[in-house]
Amino acid sequence: MTLPMGRPMREVFGETVSDLADRDARIVMLDGDLGSSTRADIFEHRHPDRFLQMGIAEQNMIGVAAGMATMGLMPFISTFVSFAVVRPLDQVRVQVAQTGANVKLTAGYAGLFTGMAGKTHHIVDDVSIMRAMPGMVVISPADDVETDRAIRWAASYEGPVYVRIVRDATQRLFDDEYRFAFGRALVVREGSDVTLVSTGAQTPRTVEAADLLAERGISAHVVHLPTLKPLDVEGIVAAAERTGRVVTVEEHTVLGGLGGAVAEALGEHRPTSMRRIGFEDIYTESAPNDVLLDMYGLSAERVAEHVRSIAWNS
Amino acid sequence: MTARAGTLDRAEVARLEEMARRIRVEIIRTVNHAQVGHVGGPLSAADLVAALYFRVLRIRPEEPHWPARDRFILSKGHSSLVQYAAMALRGYFPVDELRTFDSRGSRLQGHPDMKLLPGIDMSTGSLGMGLSAGLGMALGSRFTSVEPRVYVLLGDGECQEGQVWEAAMAGARYGVDNLVAIVDHNRLQQYGWPDETPEVRLPPQEPGELVAKWSAFGWRVIETDGHDMADVVEALERASEPTGRPSVAIAHTLKGHGVSFMEGDYRWHSRPIQPDDFAAAMRELGEPEA
Repeated sequence: MTLPMGRPMREVFGETVSDLADRDARIVMLDGDLGSSTRADIFEHRHPDRFLQMGIAEQNMIGVAAGMATMGLMPFISTFVSFAVVRPLDQVRVQVAQTGANVKLTAGYAGLFTGMAGKTHHIVDDVSIMRAMPGMVVISPADDVETDRAIRWAASYEGPVYVRIVRDATQRLFDDEYRFAFGRALVVREGSDVTLVSTGAQTPRTVEAADLLAERGISAHVVHLPTLKPLDVEGIVAAAERTGRVVTVEEHTVLGGLGGAVAEALGEHRPTSMRRIGFEDIYTESAPNDVLLDMYGLSAERVAEHVRSIAWNS
Repeated sequence: MTARAGTLDRAEVARLEEMARRIRVEIIRTVNHAQVGHVGGPLSAADLVAALYFRVLRIRPEEPHWPARDRFILSKGHSSLVQYAAMALRGYFPVDELRTFDSRGSRLQGHPDMKLLPGIDMSTGSLGMGLSAGLGMALGSRFTSVEPRVYVLLGDGECQEGQVWEAAMAGARYGVDNLVAIVDHNRLQQYGWPDETPEVRLPPQEPGELVAKWSAFGWRVIETDGHDMADVVEALERASEPTGRPSVAIAHTLKGHGVSFMEGDYRWHSRPIQPDDFAAAMRELGEPEA
């Protein structure tokens, strides 16, 4: 079964933060000269007085946000993941995470979908970096619906939150009734042969992979982890116990990201045979989205093939 | 006990000079006690910080989170001792607590930590970051009901960090005039470039370079002798006047000022004090210890 396409997460970001700002005077938007790409421009049109252009100077933007947070404001950051996480990493660490600033790092262009920008813009190690940072919450929504709910949750939380937002339309997994449960693993397909753990916009593709596996007689149990930090260790252990075999699937490096986090949890609490699907210590290249997913083994078809090919020794 | 902006007569200058002297005494005592900590930078900034804490800043030590207070950020966070000494003498915490500096469980971390010590408006320690946070406070106050003035003390070596100039650009762009940067221009950094021999190090900038740069970035530049208290106060009060753009006071100082054998010697950036040196330093500061 193929899932329907949702709206681009970035549009939902612009609209949801604008909606929140209608009722919350603390919200301001800081843009690193990418508002027309991240869709912070939607916010600028609705709240022009609270949209602050910070120019191409991301280190300063993060520090300004931290200073504003001490004045009781709730700054949202608009830039690409590359320039919200990696470029100003020390500012995020010292000025936001160490101070517990109420800053929302709502960063766009997560993963491979960057308008064919290539390896400088494909930040696929951000989860590893951000989950190692004490005090940081890391959320990777699956679709447009969950993006809206996650941003609303982030605004209700006092402290730093990192939300990974995807540029282009991706498959929709959830319906309008969906309620975001912070910090919880979510079973999205029941199964008995193998457990697939996924996150972000990869989860809908992993669900489609599970459907392809079902056609081949393999019953996959699919768990979505929207919150990568804090990690739902109990939920991961329960999902592993369900089948005794775990495959993590992420549009991210397998070093320290979802796969690393799940391996850490299971290694200590419930050693389980597992494999990690994701980027294997490589830099990625420019190509159209569907080509990239196929090249790097993240399309539903390639994930299903990979899972079928695993020779489990237990 | 502290005057708000008012007449700057000879008695007021003498009062502030005495606070600067006592700040220096506490810096030396604390470094001697801890046998660790920065010396040269705190000493060069002592007059500036005395003027701020004992005259310029509108603060309430008994109510450190008072929403309308002026904000102060020590961007050169490794000089934390000058801020701790001033805060203790101003009544934020007992002077004896200075002896806990850098020890386990202390609120007085090596670099200022806003999560531990009430009265610290922003944690610092990684150089180049304070002005951005100060800009955020100054700009952020436009969305609040309070109108604080925000003061950020930077080192001249620190002005080699690119983020300082990102903040300078944005501050001028927004015409933020409740933001005052103060540069402790003591002409030495931790190690720096060698002069003709490695024992002598070049200053972080050429003469006049900082004035030219801040001016080029659109800031109102006020120069001052950072060890002439009347001049310091006059400069800081003039820099505090709103003029439609941010102001920077470039304070010409001497690293290690107040202790002759520490002055202008880059090796006193950070160094434990030997007993003879401690006694000599205290004598020079007019506080010979028994």
